[in-house]
This record gives sequence, C-alpha cells and structure tokens, in this order.
Amino acid sequence: MRSVCAASAGGSTDVTLEVQIEKQLAEFTLDVAFRATETPLSVLGASGAGKSMLLRCIAGLERPDRGRITLNDRILFDTAQRVGIAARERRIGMLFQHYALFPHRTVAQNIAFGLHDLPQDEQAARTAALVSRTHLAGLEQRYPRELSGGEQQRAALARALAIQPEALLLDEPLSALDTHLRGQVEAQLQETFASFRRPALLVTHNMEEAYRLGERLLVLARGRIAAFGPKEEIFRRPPSSEVARLTGCKNISRARANSDGTVEALDWACRLRLAQMPATPPTFIGIRAHHIDFLETAGEAAGEQNIFPCWIVRTSETPFRITLFLSLDPARAAAGEPHLQAEVFKEKWERFRDRPQPWRARLAPESLFAMPE
Amino acid sequence: MDWSPLLISLATSLVATAVTLVAGLAAAAWRQNRAGAGAALVDGIFILPLVLPPTVVGFLLLLLFGRNGPLGTLLLQFGASVVFSWPATVIAATVVSFPLMYITARAALEQVDPHLLQAARTLGASEARIFREVALPLAWPGVLAGTILSFARALGEFGATLMLAGNIPGRTETIPIAIYFAVEADEIQRAMAWCAVDVGISIVLLGGLYYWTHAQRLRRERWGQH
Repeated sequence: MRSVCAASAGGSTDVTLEVQIEKQLAEFTLDVAFRATETPLSVLGASGAGKSMLLRCIAGLERPDRGRITLNDRILFDTAQRVGIAARERRIGMLFQHYALFPHRTVAQNIAFGLHDLPQDEQAARTAALVSRTHLAGLEQRYPRELSGGEQQRAALARALAIQPEALLLDEPLSALDTHLRGQVEAQLQETFASFRRPALLVTHNMEEAYRLGERLLVLARGRIAAFGPKEEIFRRPPSSEVARLTGCKNISRARANSDGTVEALDWACRLRLAQMPATPPTFIGIRAHHIDFLETAGEAAGEQNIFPCWIVRTSETPFRITLFLSLDPARAAAGEPHLQAEVFKEKWERFRDRPQPWRARLAPESLFAMPE
Repeated sequence: MDWSPLLISLATSLVATAVTLVAGLAAAAWRQNRAGAGAALVDGIFILPLVLPPTVVGFLLLLLFGRNGPLGTLLLQFGASVVFSWPATVIAATVVSFPLMYITARAALEQVDPHLLQAARTLGASEARIFREVALPLAWPGVLAGTILSFARALGEFGATLMLAGNIPGRTETIPIAIYFAVEADEIQRAMAWCAVDVGISIVLLGGLYYWTHAQRLRRERWGQH
C-alpha cells in the first residue's frame, strides 16, 4: 500500500484515505471507491444521495456490506480479511451536522473528552491550545446551550481535533448556521484545513460550499460516484447531465449531433456550434446561466456564432442579480414557456430592460459543454 | 410500641431499591440497540411482575425458592434457606419493583440523542465510559424517577412478601403486613399508627423528590434540557 500512496502523493507523504465500499441502503446501494489525500475533498450530492452514510462508514459508525477502508498504513475495515476496527480506535475526527456537543459538559470539558487517557496537566494544555486556535477564549466554562451557532461549531471542531485525528470528516458543517455566520465559519474551516494536512472530507448539498471548501470534488448521486476530480474541471466540464444539474447548471437540453458538425439542442429549439466536438456524440448539452450573453449593439454580432433572437418570458430578482427566463421562439414565449435561464448583474439589466424585443442572446461555443449521458 | 416493622420496611426497601437500580440499569443498557423477537420476549419477562397479581409472583417465588424449587435446593447445598427469612422480603420487593425501574430507565436512555453516543465513540471512549459519562448523566432524571417509584413500590409490597416471607414479627413483618394483621386482630390503634407512619414516609419522600427535581431543573436549564 505504501508504494501506491507514494505514487499518488508525489512521493513526499503517505497520508491517504482509501475507501472502497458497498452498502445496501433502503432505496439504492452505496457503492464507491476513491482515494483522499491531504487536500480537502468535498462530497457533493442531493439529500439522500448517501453522503452521510459514506462518512459514517468511514468513521466506523456503520458497517459496510463489503469492501475495504485504509487510512495511511492502517486497515480500518476489510471484509476479505475480516477486519473491522471499532470507531473508538480509528482516530478519525468527526464533526456532526448538529455538532453533537455534550450538553452537560462545559466547552472545556467537551474538548477534553477525547483526552481522557492523558495526565491532567497535558489535558489542560492541549485544551487551552485548541481553545485559542478555534477562537473560543473566555467561553471555556460555558455550556453548549449558552453558545451561538458559530461558537458551537468551533467547539465541536476543537473537540474533534483534540484527539489528533488522522482524518477529519465533516457532515454538512454549515447547514445549521445562519447565512451571516457562514462566511466566518468557512474561514475557520479553511484555516483548519490549511494546517491539518491530512485527509479531510466535507459532505454538503450546497455546491458553493463544496467549491469554496474543497480542492477536489466528489459528486455522489444515488450512492454512486458521478464525478471525481479537481473542482474547477468538474464545474467547467461536467461529465454528465446529472453532475451538471448537481453543480448548479440551470440550462440542460437533450442534444443530437448533426452531420455538418453542429449540435441540435432539442429542448431549446436551436442549432449550436461547439468550440470542439467531443469524441463521443453528445446526448445532452448545457450552458450556465451567467454564461448566456446579450448583445448590446448590432456591430457586436459580426463573425460570432450561436446568436439567437430571444424573448423574455419572466424575470426573478435576487439582491444583485436578475434571472431572465427566455425563449428562443416567440410562440413559446407567448405561451409563457421559457427555454433558458440567463443571469445578469442588475447594472446590465438596467441598460437593457426597456429595449424592444427580441433581444439577441449569445450562447458562446466555448461556454457550451456537451455531455455523453 | 415495637418499631421493628419500620426498620424492616426501610431496610428491605433500601436494599431492594439498590439491587433494582443496578439490575434495572444493566438490563436497560443491555436492551439498548437490540431488536427482534428475542429482545421483545425478554422485555415481556422483565415486565411480567408488574402485571401479575403479587400473590402469583409470591407463589412463583415460593416454587422457585422452596425446598424442592431449583434455587431452593441450590441454596440448601450451602446450608441456606431464604423462605420465611428477612432476605425473602428483599427478594419479593426487588422482583416486584424491578419492572418500574427497567421501564423508566429504558425510556430515559432512549431519550438520549444517539449522535452524542456516536460522537463519544469517535472520540475514543469505551462503551462503559460512554454509558457512565454521557448516557447516564443525561438520562439521570428518568433513572431517578424510576428509583423513587421502585422504592415506593418496595415499601408498599404486601402480597408477594407475605407468600414468600410470611409474617414473623421482628424478622419479616413489614409495615403493610403489620397493618394487615393489626386489623385482623382488631388492634385498630396499632393499624392507624402504622398508617400514619406510612403517610409520613410518603410525604417526606415526595417532598424531597420535588425539591430535588426543582434544583435539578435549574441546573439543567443551563444544559438546555428540561
């Protein structure tokens, strides 16, 4: 195993979490195989995709039906060798969705819970170090109930880090927090990951969290890995329509390749040219809402491809941006059935809004991505 | 007045409650995370003394601990016989009060958020330590309520005790038995005196419980539990 790790991690370290497990769940089978190294890995999936179960299997709180889990040089679980290390011996830190702080113990007692076997003075020293590292100074004697959501989260993080875990698992770490706290907590998590330098898995259903906190991304759909790799790559070129949808792509159409090198977007009623035709013929084509462009002057259109007249069906405002639901066909527009969603900043919208329709929308070839499934 | 029934009742109830507390907690902890027909059957057996008439329980205990009963013959080999002795009052009180302890302790342990137990596991704690330091402190109000109920039930035990321990003044005569035989012998004064003692004990017990839970509630508000 050591040689495999060395090959993957560039030879310098052997911090690797290797997971290859199967577990039958109520509605589908969780069946995954991947390897996490010292860069944080985001696990993205809709709720009920098996994300939490995956973490629980790695932590030893659930038992997979088959497979193997190794952490660095230790076999944590292996059905072939009949190995199943108990959760308490795995040294894997886990942050629960609602933190699971012990309500009857103070912050300091919570953090020290995993340090039970150490001498008193060392427990105190380690707790103090974690308190300052997670910015909890002054709150040591409080009970969890007396902390804000962000403070509870940091206390739970400190408690998980106290055992000096060899890997860290975070189950929806931000979902229980108010929006205005998320930025702070994200910064704390990024700080933690930066100094942790061991496998860290973060489960979330929020693609923006997944993107901001992870380096690599694993997309889970109904228990299977739909995509795994560097996050930029997956967001730029989703390998399937499912991944496109999970990574927040609003515009996905069934597609058919034409003999002249163009692609017919069947749901958008248009014929598109791609920057590069994929090797496998596409069955879906997608474009992100903010990549749809509107031409402001007639001159801009010269020599451009994929420009279509469009009609606005309806709009939806967020504080800084506006979502435009458009149709490329006046009859569909009149019937109130949009083809596409575009997203523009309000400044741009202000310049446009009173112009006569149709406008001209551009689906730039380099922004389109074709998907084989 | 002969105070021995009071002392016998208190000693019997205290010992029975102590045994019940330990056994009930152990049984409830064992029952956690277990499901299926076997566990349900065990449940039924544990709760049986609560639903059976005390005379039936007493009779079954008599069969079990009697000269020809399986436990009776076993004890006889060590030269011991419990029937019609003080330990018999303890056995009867323990058996009838056990279901109350078991049911309340189990319910209290089930109320503890399983994520807390799982978090403790990932932090390296043994199951025994998790029970001692996480599950039990959080389930304590329920466990205490079960203890009080068990004590009260042990104190009021009559039928099974009479069957198994008889009425030997100074040895197995508890307050309820003393009252019954006082009435039987037309000693109304004596019966009334013991009734007053029983009422007094109950009031002290319930009052103490009220103050204690009130103090606990104030403390637990900081934990966010009521």
